[in-house]
Amino acid sequence: MEAIILQVLNGLDKGSAYALIALGLTLIFGTLGVVNFAHGALFMIGAFCAVTLSRIISISRTIIDDSQTDFLGNPLKVDVPYVYDWFGQATGDVIIDWAVPLSILFAIPIMVAIGVAIERGLIKHFYKRPHADQILVTFGLAIVLQEIIKYFYGANPIPTPAPDAFRGSFDFGAAFGFDPNVIIYPYWRLVYFSFAAVIIASVFAFLQFTTFGMVVRAGMADRETVQLLGINIDRRFTLMFGMAAAVAGLAGVMYTPINSPNYHMGMDFLVLSFVVVVVGGMGSLPGAVLAGFLLGILESFASMREVLTILPGLNQIIIYLVAIIILLTRPRGLMGRKGVMED
Amino acid sequence: MFGLEYKDSRMLILVAILVALAPFMLNPFPEGSGMAQFNAGYPDLMQRFVIFGIFAIGFNILFGLTGYLSFGHAAFLGVGSYAAMWMMKLLTMNVVPGIIFSVLVAGVFSLAVGWISLRRSGIYFSILTLAFAQMSYSLAYSVLTPITGGETGLQPKVTDPRILDGSLAEGTIAKANFFGLEMGSSFELQLGSWLFTFNAGYYLAAVVMLIAFYISIRIFRSPFGLMLRAVKSNQQRLNYTGLNTKPYTLAAFVISGMYAGLAGGLMVAMDTQVGAERMFWTASGEVVLMTILGGVGTLIGPVLGASAIKYMENILSKINSDILHQWFAFLPDGLEEFVITLIYPFIGKGWHLTLGLIFMAVVIFLPGGLVEGGQRIANLFKRKMLGKDARDNKSQPTE
Repeated sequence: MEAIILQVLNGLDKGSAYALIALGLTLIFGTLGVVNFAHGALFMIGAFCAVTLSRIISISRTIIDDSQTDFLGNPLKVDVPYVYDWFGQATGDVIIDWAVPLSILFAIPIMVAIGVAIERGLIKHFYKRPHADQILVTFGLAIVLQEIIKYFYGANPIPTPAPDAFRGSFDFGAAFGFDPNVIIYPYWRLVYFSFAAVIIASVFAFLQFTTFGMVVRAGMADRETVQLLGINIDRRFTLMFGMAAAVAGLAGVMYTPINSPNYHMGMDFLVLSFVVVVVGGMGSLPGAVLAGFLLGILESFASMREVLTILPGLNQIIIYLVAIIILLTRPRGLMGRKGVMED
Repeated sequence: MFGLEYKDSRMLILVAILVALAPFMLNPFPEGSGMAQFNAGYPDLMQRFVIFGIFAIGFNILFGLTGYLSFGHAAFLGVGSYAAMWMMKLLTMNVVPGIIFSVLVAGVFSLAVGWISLRRSGIYFSILTLAFAQMSYSLAYSVLTPITGGETGLQPKVTDPRILDGSLAEGTIAKANFFGLEMGSSFELQLGSWLFTFNAGYYLAAVVMLIAFYISIRIFRSPFGLMLRAVKSNQQRLNYTGLNTKPYTLAAFVISGMYAGLAGGLMVAMDTQVGAERMFWTASGEVVLMTILGGVGTLIGPVLGASAIKYMENILSKINSDILHQWFAFLPDGLEEFVITLIYPFIGKGWHLTLGLIFMAVVIFLPGGLVEGGQRIANLFKRKMLGKDARDNKSQPTE
């Protein structure tokens, strides 16, 4: 029982990342009908927003501190971040410590801007072209974005720690009446999961309960009619692309403490996220979220030692295996709608 | 010639001449001069040109003719490589059995993958092939280590049985050969300050490439090729006429898988080692880039694209900031720094950025790739020379 709970928990954080990226992919596909291979790159750029902000925050000036001396008796050089000057040392330390969560605020406008720029500048011209062309041009875009990041940040992963408050692990077992120290789970992964849940819930709420969301849903169902009613659906869809980019970016921001960001992390996630989208059903938002968590949890179950002794290597291929089976038995995926991207 | 039309046989002969004279043409700059780093006429790179040319030709038979975009073709290349390696380890270091076996194994593997993947089309087909390729990659890395060598990959070892070869003299290593002619052996020709290298392995690969190219011309011009094009333009209509398209697409898939296997076998023949990274999905992406860059659905395009990308990978990536400083030394200091800062991100380690930008530009502005670009330029000149008459029939369809 403990083992099962542990694996479910382990699957949740990866599943959250899959679900968030897949949600964005599906939003773009459902609204604009474009298969966006650059979505992984947006995830990666989000992660580098966090890196950038934590670097900006800790920009410091060097002063010579006479009160401290090194072993030769010379005064010591001390780096003082500018935030100390502005907010005082105590607040400054907190700000530096909380760089990653603070990056959320920093990342949202940047990601929306990047998303809108990509849609207006590039993808707009590809609506009428075949899906293969859309895949190819966004694939090229992903390479370009990746290389730009590599040029500025180098090829090595950049460790970006979580705030000290979330450093430790949470003893799940003790809290729910199991033996202590059996089910322990890092706090940050709990944060990540809750964060993902909040984002997913707010995206759904936005689409469900606002007028803007209603118009977007109407546009997804029948674009032409909405246009005939005199609504500028293109502008709204562009904003939805920005929103999808922001969702991917936020997923990346919060993922940095779990996995140090490097320039190709997006591609690694993208391949799996596409599988997730296809399993969930092209164009179905709940399907994408469901499939994301499902595959994340399945993956973590497949990496249990008991499973691996019977079927070695299963953890490496389980997602692809599930995808193949689902695609062949349920051609529309788990919750795919009729008429979306049918063959 | 060989059942080809005049135009096609002219192209085949042209390609044959180009390939045969490549050691000369790719080495236009004298040894030791500042431009010598742009010489591509060394065996390793020339072999890559033709091998990836074969790979791209095969991919083009699937993508160019049927429009099915496979994102998992590197798996067949990898499988072919492993198969050839095992033939070399078990039978003989002669490359012929290895290459034949690699084609067969890749064919069988692609039959299995294609039979399942081709049940869907469009993006689903891409994802399915991608899934299969990633599965093969992961398995080759982990569970199949006894067969694939896992992370270390496979190399020929002294202890290999090699039942057809005689035992080796003490202290020598078995080398890949073609009936005794070693693949690594080269003949060097010194002409003035130019040095030309004629490599046995390159010419073997080149001959295989010409045969592969010839077969692909025949496929393009055959009724079978026409049927594949019909699948691309409207599969539904074909189905409504009561025709089952699956055997045709499957045949195209298997043929292109066998081409990939052939390329994999040749890679092992030239450089006797295999690693699983050859099957990673970025390798599949690379062949897509090559084909698109050169020109989808054209005969010569994939070869051009493959050569262009491999040239960039090997030559462009070698340029570093010192060389740039040498080039722009004639500029005033401030301007020199400025120009170099502008160019630097696009060369050396950043050559992928250039590749990505060129690729995007090709997809956006030139869907027919380099071949279409060449045709447009040629048409431009023709029109200027012929004046008004040529303007009426300028819209020739790209092949």
